[in-house]
Amino acid sequence: MLSVDLRIELPDFTAEAAFEAPAGVTAVFGRSGAGKTTLINALAGLVRPASGRIEVGGTVLFDAAKGIDLDVQARKVGYVFQDGRLFPHMTVARNLVYGGSVDAERVIAMLGLGPLLQRMPATLSGGERQRVALGRALMSGPRILLMDEPLSALDAERKEEILPYLERLRDETKLPILYVSHDMSEVARLATTLVILDRGRVLRAGPVAEVLSDPASVRSLGVREAGAVITGTVESYDATDDLSRLVFDGGVLILPCRLGPEGTTARVRVAASDVILVRTAPKEISALNVLPVKITGLAQGKGPGVAVGLEAGSGRLLARVTRRSAAALELKEGQEIFAIIKATAVARRDIGHS
Amino acid sequence: MEGLGPEEWQAVWLSVRVAATATLISVPLALLAALALARGRFPGRWAFNILVHLPLIMPPVVTGYLLLLAFGRKGPLGAFFDEVFGLVFAFRWTGAALAAGVMGFPLVVRAIRLAIEAVDPKFEEAAATLGASRWRIFSTVTLPMILPGILAGAILGFAKGLGEFGATITFVSNIPGQTRTLPLAIDAALDVPGAEPLALSLAVVSVVLAAAALGLSEWLARRSLKKTGAL
Repeated sequence: MLSVDLRIELPDFTAEAAFEAPAGVTAVFGRSGAGKTTLINALAGLVRPASGRIEVGGTVLFDAAKGIDLDVQARKVGYVFQDGRLFPHMTVARNLVYGGSVDAERVIAMLGLGPLLQRMPATLSGGERQRVALGRALMSGPRILLMDEPLSALDAERKEEILPYLERLRDETKLPILYVSHDMSEVARLATTLVILDRGRVLRAGPVAEVLSDPASVRSLGVREAGAVITGTVESYDATDDLSRLVFDGGVLILPCRLGPEGTTARVRVAASDVILVRTAPKEISALNVLPVKITGLAQGKGPGVAVGLEAGSGRLLARVTRRSAAALELKEGQEIFAIIKATAVARRDIGHS
Repeated sequence: MEGLGPEEWQAVWLSVRVAATATLISVPLALLAALALARGRFPGRWAFNILVHLPLIMPPVVTGYLLLLAFGRKGPLGAFFDEVFGLVFAFRWTGAALAAGVMGFPLVVRAIRLAIEAVDPKFEEAAATLGASRWRIFSTVTLPMILPGILAGAILGFAKGLGEFGATITFVSNIPGQTRTLPLAIDAALDVPGAEPLALSLAVVSVVLAAAALGLSEWLARRSLKKTGAL
């Protein structure tokens, strides 16, 4: 458990961030310049806050009021930097053990680092480099893992190569992970908790499904990034159509590609702009997914859009429609309607596993 | 050109010994000075910077004369080293080494300081997050990264030591077998009628030594670059 309450003086603004992060991945999402890296550096002890308190799993790392300010080396944070920062003059093996060799065999196996051990960092691909950086941070036996946009320097294919490792890490360890990102797909796949940061302030914080499906979040996320996350069980996969059935307590979603082995859990991000609302269940349409839903809330955007929060069983969805449509359909809180989701709207990068 | 006699070879080996001793002793001190100048935040840093650079900007004769005042038999530092360590500088090869070291010091400091300033602190930050102490960060991250700079500084210092003339002759005179290094031997040969070819031979040796030192440093620098895969 991480608990943060900080005030940090920056050249253009003062960051004042307070939030709590339970076990799992806490994603800190925000535009560049929102103060994400500053925040993570303050946790690591690389930036000194003006005031506040940082506590990780019962250990106080910083408390301005009590004059506690642990040295970087004493904080035991595993920091995975955006650029990896592997020591260029050491082999992968020496990089890995630099901070310790906690669980070395398991970490090396989990991240597939065995074949890289004798290589020099300059000969590694971007994805390999970040895997080594992650392994190095884990082997130092940290209290918390801090990841500063670890995938932002990688292309889509390399990202796809690392994300499964991160999902495994999230599910196999109890280590709290703070994951800074400005990529909503990454956040939706990995995060348990979401903190939205803007100009150093926390706009929203809470369980990822809740924050993402809240119509009020659309404003802080941006129209393009808005969308909810549905977690379900993979029921079957039809190879002839290349479609999978994902079952959750609010219904069934039919989605492209193989989501994973049958019986496993998968989570998909459904962008708000890919959800269509209708008052009566349509027949004979090409869209495969028609879910009965209940409206949980509406939020007016700055432009012509209205964000509509939806509930299907315990699953949450978010739709974005025009104000005109909202008026024509007479949408209001508590109303029961139908949501249509085009199967092909869900891209591979929006599908995660847990 | 003319073959070198035993006396000339003596001057060559003396030069190498003087320059090598000066380098070995000045490099660690120059490293400390460079660290203080590049990373240190202390009052009087600018004054320290000037002090370090003085031998580079003062006339060598002045440096030699100041060394004579301080490290001569009756000088305060000279008396101290004689009493405590039994180390005498006046008119000895040790004095020539001291003069060479002092004259080369600013060059060594500058080379190392540039290397330190070029080190991206992000690697040191990464080492700190991995729990490394300041000393471990320095010895395992900073030091290997500035090694090419230290090497360059050492070679500069060595070359300067081989060629030092003004401060040496002022401080410890020109005594065959004790303080007559290559440049002083060349100077002495030029004073003797008919010994010019000998001076030329000594000059050639001088060039060869300097080129060899530079070649060695290039080779070492390349090897360290290759190791990090940067080449």
